[in-house]
Amino acid sequence: MEVDIIVVGGGHAGCEAALAAARLNHKTLLITGNIKNIADMPCNPSVGGPAKGILVREIDALGGEMGINTDKSHLQLKMLNTKKGPAVWALRAQADKITYPKEMLKTLNSTKNLEIKEAIVDDLLVKDNKVYGVKLENGEEIKAKAVILTTGTYLKADILVGAERTPGGPHGEKEAKNLSDNLRKLGLTIQRLKTGTPQRLKKSSIDFSVLEREDGDNILRTFSFDTKPMYKIEDQVPCYLTYTNENTHKIIMDNLEKSSMYGGYVRGVGPRYCPSIEDKVVRFKDKERHQLFLEPESLYYDDIYLQGFSTSMPHDIQEQMVHSLKGLEHAEIVKYAYAIEYDAIDPLEVKPSLENKKIENLFTAGQINGTSGYEEAAAQGLMAGINASLKLDNKDPLILKRNEAYIGVLIDDLVTKGTKEPYRMLTSRAEYRLLLRNDNADIRLREYGHQIGLIDDMRYARFKQKLKDIDDLTTYLKETKVTINDKELFEKLNTSPTLDSVSLAELLKRPEVKINNLRELEKIPDKYSDEVLEQVEISIKYAGYIGKEEREAEKLKKMESIKIPDDINYQEIPNLASEGRQKLDQIKPMTLGQASRISGVNPSDIAVLSVYLKRLS
Amino acid sequence: MSDTIASIATSLGVGAISIIRVSGNDAIKIVNKIFKGKDLERVPSHTIHYGHIVYEGEIIDEVLVTIMKAPKTYTMEDVVEINCHGGISSTNKVLEILFLNGCRSAEAGEFTKRAFLNGRIDLMQAEAVADLIGSETEKERKIAINGLEGNSSKLIKKLRQKLIDIISNIEVNIDYPEYEDIYEVTKSDLEKEIKEIKVSLENIIKESENGKIIKDGIKTVIVGRPNVGKSSLLNRLLDSNKAIVTDIPGTTRDIVEGSILISGIKLNIIDTAGIRETTDKVEQIGVSKSIEALQDADLVLLLLNNNEPLTQEDLDLINKTEDKNTIIVINKNDLEEKIDISNLESSNIIYINTIEEDGINNLKEKIKDMFNLEKFETSNYNYITNTRQLSKIKECLKITLDIEQGLKDNLDLDILEIDLKNIWNTLGLVIGESYEEELLDELFSKFCVGK
Repeated sequence: MEVDIIVVGGGHAGCEAALAAARLNHKTLLITGNIKNIADMPCNPSVGGPAKGILVREIDALGGEMGINTDKSHLQLKMLNTKKGPAVWALRAQADKITYPKEMLKTLNSTKNLEIKEAIVDDLLVKDNKVYGVKLENGEEIKAKAVILTTGTYLKADILVGAERTPGGPHGEKEAKNLSDNLRKLGLTIQRLKTGTPQRLKKSSIDFSVLEREDGDNILRTFSFDTKPMYKIEDQVPCYLTYTNENTHKIIMDNLEKSSMYGGYVRGVGPRYCPSIEDKVVRFKDKERHQLFLEPESLYYDDIYLQGFSTSMPHDIQEQMVHSLKGLEHAEIVKYAYAIEYDAIDPLEVKPSLENKKIENLFTAGQINGTSGYEEAAAQGLMAGINASLKLDNKDPLILKRNEAYIGVLIDDLVTKGTKEPYRMLTSRAEYRLLLRNDNADIRLREYGHQIGLIDDMRYARFKQKLKDIDDLTTYLKETKVTINDKELFEKLNTSPTLDSVSLAELLKRPEVKINNLRELEKIPDKYSDEVLEQVEISIKYAGYIGKEEREAEKLKKMESIKIPDDINYQEIPNLASEGRQKLDQIKPMTLGQASRISGVNPSDIAVLSVYLKRLS
Repeated sequence: MSDTIASIATSLGVGAISIIRVSGNDAIKIVNKIFKGKDLERVPSHTIHYGHIVYEGEIIDEVLVTIMKAPKTYTMEDVVEINCHGGISSTNKVLEILFLNGCRSAEAGEFTKRAFLNGRIDLMQAEAVADLIGSETEKERKIAINGLEGNSSKLIKKLRQKLIDIISNIEVNIDYPEYEDIYEVTKSDLEKEIKEIKVSLENIIKESENGKIIKDGIKTVIVGRPNVGKSSLLNRLLDSNKAIVTDIPGTTRDIVEGSILISGIKLNIIDTAGIRETTDKVEQIGVSKSIEALQDADLVLLLLNNNEPLTQEDLDLINKTEDKNTIIVINKNDLEEKIDISNLESSNIIYINTIEEDGINNLKEKIKDMFNLEKFETSNYNYITNTRQLSKIKECLKITLDIEQGLKDNLDLDILEIDLKNIWNTLGLVIGESYEEELLDELFSKFCVGK
């Protein structure tokens, strides 16, 4: 058998990678251990949230699937941070764990050039540092021009509960036993990571009447720029809140050494931002309570996900812990919490295109690169699918810059700084947050999506129309003046009148004036959509700050435009500090900008390097 | 890896001993070649050795040589210091011989640049070293040393810590909005915080401007129409103090006629060509220079003649110096009073004549009062004396004003936080913890040779 591109793994990264590759006209084979687990959500039943929600919007803008698929399958949708500025608004959905994978599988099955195969991959076929296929557990070889590894938590996975260590992936699936050892043999650096997931509880055993309820928004929204809302506001399923208490903390402290983590049974490194409940109790001793969320997993089965309670305690202690919580006194645990350890590669060995530095035509995406989260995985999967395709077509890779997309920040962080714990996307990782908004992901990225070929002409035309509308409305607001004679208007807007005539755009700059007020007062032509209005309002209201960030981004662009040749010999450059020299040699940054972000490379190294590069050119 | 550089580290002509500093991989080897005494390549680090510099069989100088091996040296490279005893000409000769044996002449500031590049000192300390080189008076030295020990760095680091505390809290609020029990930063928190930061920045600037006076001296311009006694006053001031009469070449476009010390503070007196309308071409150039000098003067001494009524020229000068720190000096008080000063509003009027000591002393007292020079004695010089750093701090102060305006305009916290980060970054630039390419070039071009 021979194909163009093999994708190993059917999780969120694998699905995006396979879809992108196939849609870009490459014969693609998706190999997964179990078709039933395609696009599975083994952890929390949600998509999006701060920064992550913006990743999903960016995936959609480029022509990926996650946004559309979430729109088809969620139980509740919410815009977070609406009390804050638009730069940090973010959509979050409670996804249905049955519908989401089902819809994704449907899409995969109906995509041309794409085939799915159930198998476990044991090894890569590599010759002269170039991959040409994979070898399956049963010895079968499948040839391909490029291979994308999206193995998730399955590489040498171990499930940890208390002192017990059982080889295997989530849902008792078989782990990929040999692949990571074989990757090591091929010269890749392997690291061990850890993550965890909390209990699932039987819905009917929970007393919701004593818990705080959290509903979805009462405004219809979508993740995708192209879909219409497919749900009813009143059909959304609520979440609930509960808290730990003194008793819970006592149970945890009394049994601390029984957990895998504190008992010393864990070798992998877990994420700081996603601590287990025992970690939280130990590290924040003064805190009287910790907040927990009860989230529905699906309309089709009864499980409730207990977010914030992830633990590696043995089952009997978990029972005590859960029963100490308000509303959960009689809760039945359907699935116990567990920690999982798995192998990942060192992302410093990956190029910004997600191609491996040591093995040509080998791409990696998702948890194998050291990230955590469905959205982070999907974003990388999409980029790996795109860049593998571009590589086979002899085209330059698509590398998004830090001022263009959270995807750019994510990948640049990984390949420049590396990671020693599962990497999660956070807004604070982005230095140009005000440019990388939820609302403007299409304006930032759709052009790329169209150029590459993932955004078809129809979707592109709709986007162009939106741009035109934004332009027209902006001009209209700038040109339409009101004077002190429009006394009533000023009164209704609750803003002070001016002596000179003032444009609507200038009025809109005032904090108290909202574009919706202008619309209500019939100052805005009807033809413009809500999202056009929103876009125009943000760009007018925040023009000062957006301008500041754009000027900052210009400096970055300058540094990014200084390319470092592939064959540079850092040993030859005098005056580099030895740590800087070693780091530069290891990471081989593509631009001076990337070099400046490597930890251990200090400003004077960059000065020395920039002088050297100037002399070269 | 690095070539070996050498230069004279002490001021030429000052004191009997001059030190030549040599730094680089071959420093010890090269000096050993021209040294007669112990084998310097075999002596332990940080030891001093007596011997002679010999060239072509001839003893050039009697010297003490200090051997300091990497990395515990100023540049973190091998460093040799040669204490020469024979005066300027033999010191120069020794340097020349070093060049003949493989050393290269150090560029301006290159020792400090290497110290910085090798990670020995941070940017702020590097700039303080530059200031140290130029320091003349005792107070300048104190400021320079405080800077070197990282006191200003410490102050800035403290401010940055304060900023990062609130920034990280705001970011947690953004990334984890669903956690109701994480403290949510409010606008009034920010208002309070920014007020404090503003005060700190303002203090740094104020103290630093005093620091600038300590370091650069008070730029003083004497103006007055011709023959009113400018030269006499100048000479009187200089004479009375056995002043450091020096040119300061290249530092300003002005010709500094001389400097005197008042309470340890340097008064740099600028020569002016006399300000008046003129058609003479040569004089015109002089006049426009005078006006320039007047514009950035810290102190103007406006000289009037007691023995003559005010002329139009005098009135013009009074107008031109209205917004400056001006002392009106009425000369020739030993002659009959014909001047009418009832219309002058200034409280800073001093009568002098160039024969008696009293008037000059009064003038000096007045200057002391005006600049509060006594207070300078007791201050802690923990502040920024470098123009580049100071302008960054001023930039930060401006951003705090933006934030205050933003709070008034009811802007969102996450937007205002962008400004906070900006201050944090800018302060980082001051202590060299962020990167800006042009910074280093600018910085290192300012250094004199040696420490």
